[in-house]
Amino acid sequence: MVRPPHHHAAIWTFKRMNMLSPQRQRLVVIGNGMAGMRTVAELLARTPHRYDITVFGAEPHPNYDRIALSSVLAGEKTLDEIVINSRAWYDENNIRLITSDAAVSIDRLARTVTSASGLVAPYDKLLLATGSKPLVPPLPGLTLPGVCTFRDIADVNQMITASETQKRAVVIGGGLLGLEAAWGLKRRGMSVAVVHLMPTLMERQLDVAAGTLLQRDLDERGIAFFTNGQTEEITGTERATGVKLSDGREVPADIVVVAIGIRPNVDLGRACGLEVNRGIVVGDDMATADPSIYAVGECIEHRGQVFGLVLPIWEQAKVCAARLAGDEEACYVTPPLSTKLKITGIDVFSAGALSAAAEEDEELIYQDRKRGTYRKLVLRDNRIVGTVLYGEVKDGPWYFQQMRDGADIEAIRDRLILGEAAASLTGTVDPTAKVKALADSAEICGCNGVCKGTITAAINDLKLTTLDGVRAHTKASASCGSCTPLVEGLLLLTTGVDAKAAGPKPMCKCTSHGHAFVRKAIVAEGMKTIPEVMHRLGWLRPDGCHSCRPALNYYLLCAWPGEYVDDAQSRFVNERNHANIQKDGTYSVIPRMWGGQTNPRELRAIADVADKFGIPEMKVTGGQRIDLLGVKREDLPAVWADLNAAGMVSGHAYGKALRTVKTCVGSTWCRFGTQDSTSMGVALEKMTWGSWHPHKVKLAVSGCPRNCAEATIKDFGVIAVDSGWELHIGGNGGIHLRGTDLLCKVETPDEVLEYCGAFLQLYREEAYYLDRTAPYVERVGLDYVKARVVEDAENRRALHARFLHAQTFAQHDPWAAQNENATFKTLVPAE
Amino acid sequence: MDGNILSNAWVEVARLGDIPRLGSRVVATATGDVALFRTGDDSVFALDDHCPHKGGPLSQGIVHGHNVTCPLHNWVIDLSTGEAQAPDIGCVRRTPVRLEGDRILLALRA
Repeated sequence: MVRPPHHHAAIWTFKRMNMLSPQRQRLVVIGNGMAGMRTVAELLARTPHRYDITVFGAEPHPNYDRIALSSVLAGEKTLDEIVINSRAWYDENNIRLITSDAAVSIDRLARTVTSASGLVAPYDKLLLATGSKPLVPPLPGLTLPGVCTFRDIADVNQMITASETQKRAVVIGGGLLGLEAAWGLKRRGMSVAVVHLMPTLMERQLDVAAGTLLQRDLDERGIAFFTNGQTEEITGTERATGVKLSDGREVPADIVVVAIGIRPNVDLGRACGLEVNRGIVVGDDMATADPSIYAVGECIEHRGQVFGLVLPIWEQAKVCAARLAGDEEACYVTPPLSTKLKITGIDVFSAGALSAAAEEDEELIYQDRKRGTYRKLVLRDNRIVGTVLYGEVKDGPWYFQQMRDGADIEAIRDRLILGEAAASLTGTVDPTAKVKALADSAEICGCNGVCKGTITAAINDLKLTTLDGVRAHTKASASCGSCTPLVEGLLLLTTGVDAKAAGPKPMCKCTSHGHAFVRKAIVAEGMKTIPEVMHRLGWLRPDGCHSCRPALNYYLLCAWPGEYVDDAQSRFVNERNHANIQKDGTYSVIPRMWGGQTNPRELRAIADVADKFGIPEMKVTGGQRIDLLGVKREDLPAVWADLNAAGMVSGHAYGKALRTVKTCVGSTWCRFGTQDSTSMGVALEKMTWGSWHPHKVKLAVSGCPRNCAEATIKDFGVIAVDSGWELHIGGNGGIHLRGTDLLCKVETPDEVLEYCGAFLQLYREEAYYLDRTAPYVERVGLDYVKARVVEDAENRRALHARFLHAQTFAQHDPWAAQNENATFKTLVPAE
Repeated sequence: MDGNILSNAWVEVARLGDIPRLGSRVVATATGDVALFRTGDDSVFALDDHCPHKGGPLSQGIVHGHNVTCPLHNWVIDLSTGEAQAPDIGCVRRTPVRLEGDRILLALRA
């Protein structure tokens, strides 16, 4: 078959050829970019001989991967490597490629396209794939040498050349494009600053949390950021010397890259009278208002939407090719979009909604600061409608698939956020999967140094079937308990016994009842003593054990304030002796310092006590108190008497009780302080001291959001803001670090006290013994706490009143008058 | 491990009322502190105040049945034998003890 041998062939060649094969139509493509050539490739795959194809390209290059330009700029790829279709491909497919000669006009009546050089190409079908132009704001100085955009190979070459001789670059735009430009220039050795209009980077693809992580990581890689930065002008007279921001900041630069975005290139479409809004308007068939003219890619507008990402454009190419091939059915629907950032070592994935937009939307969030990973899923009606991944993105395509499929995630909701591997396990999670994968030498219990092999051997050799059995024989999970799920998994793996399946966990071996049941029964049936509870609830052992007795003592104390007589013999040693037992049998003594405040008189008294009793070590605690370590049991009452004499009382550092209220100095001294956090802390401590709880309770008050008192890892944390106080709950340091949840914001100190008392009372009344507020809040849910404490004002006041009532019986210094307590004294037999 | 009773002298160290039920007191002896326990059924036991595990003061533990739980690491010691409850292995030295009325007598080593 006769074919035009080369793109220089003249127009008559087509005419003659058409006479030879009259059924062949002429397709002219304006734009030699990714959208146009993808359409041509799709078309050739469907119908290789239907059209004689002519392509006009403004750039001198064959079709290349524009997305990979950032990799070229970063020096990770060469220009040759990003070519998609070589000239040979055009030749092989008999496509007439005209480069460096832009199409400049369309005659829709004559159905011809005319190029800058005067070449005229007639068409039966015309495809507009003119792409986009860089979005450039009308800034003074834009035309200075040293200013460029980031759109094509010429731009990249200009930047590469500049990077070889110049030092400083400013990139205007902290979106995808701008950050890739910035990173490329950084890789080429320039010092780079990014000016971004918005407070966080890539705000269209990332939520604030992920955008903040991204900025932190790029900051560490040496890129400087000027966020909230509105560029006012590019400075310089001969060439660009920097940018000036509207707030007065100036950033010096040798080159300025404007990369704030793109806008559809609609010039040709508009000139020939097609309907144009933001882009050239097309229907679902990818045809413009003129049925013989199609358009695809970044130049179009479809149902009000314009495009900058490759995936929908591939879809458009497919539909357009089908239509050109005669398929009357093919319709374009914009698929959900996903984004990835091409900066080596920084992984970002984003698709769909960035955050909950409607009331029924929910967000699942997983964050691991240490590993620098962040995941957020936005759910609506049990379906994923948005995904933001940072740091670890391997699950991005899978989430994206679920999102596109509209898959119902109800069944895998509990592990969805952990990704495909966790969620793909059929039915419920296989609790043995994790332990199965471990080697025998892998340590399971860090507290007691027990490895997997030891536990498995014990289970097999001793025929163990219960968690308690494993604990007793191996000590695994017998201390802090954080490895309990692993041990339970090992039991299940080794014996098939599911330690968790037996309903609520019994309180201890003395009973089959769980904590919730016992707490309820005590109140409902009006049980008033430990023996009564044990008798009526069928305890297996007459005086229980070291595990259930302290719990019952607390439950009764909480249920019947003022009425229940505390049972010292059911208190753990620390609470019985009002001091913390140490490994050598001595005790530590910590006097209360209200809100962490002290004075010379107290400090002298403490120093005197240390001298007088030969106390070997003193230390400042994390809760802003002074710890006297190594006090002998017999000395405790006398030590306390001396501290009492100086006006100090027990700090309850030993109890399942209100421990400390940590404060910063607040507005009294601090130049950033917004409220008097110290006085607030003292007031809270005066209200709450002496209160007994299911576990220790720590409070903190910070005078401003800098949060120097670390209020967000406390059971009840208060952060002063200009307009009042933020109240946070359910945080703790400890084995499982947990940041607080924001309960609400209040305006006055009185409200802080009321909400605090109400929350603590709710916790006191409902938590299981030895559960801190963190597991309690996780068990009942933040919404529940809000409903009880925030939304129901009457209930809040009632809780607070019950707390204050209990306090009237609890606020007695346990250190006072202990000199008479014989149990501290050692008996010395008479000779 | 009761020691040689023949060379011991019975010494009164306390009255029953000096020890709370499910409680204990410490007695200083020539061979170290002895913990004196009173259980729920008013039985009295005397053991070295020293857990076989890490030396915790048993006198400060919680008493339940004829057992005490060490306050340091929750080993449970049988007061009548001095043996640690299985699977822990260890034994505490006992001191012979006798109740005469409400007088508590220990057989202290000379």
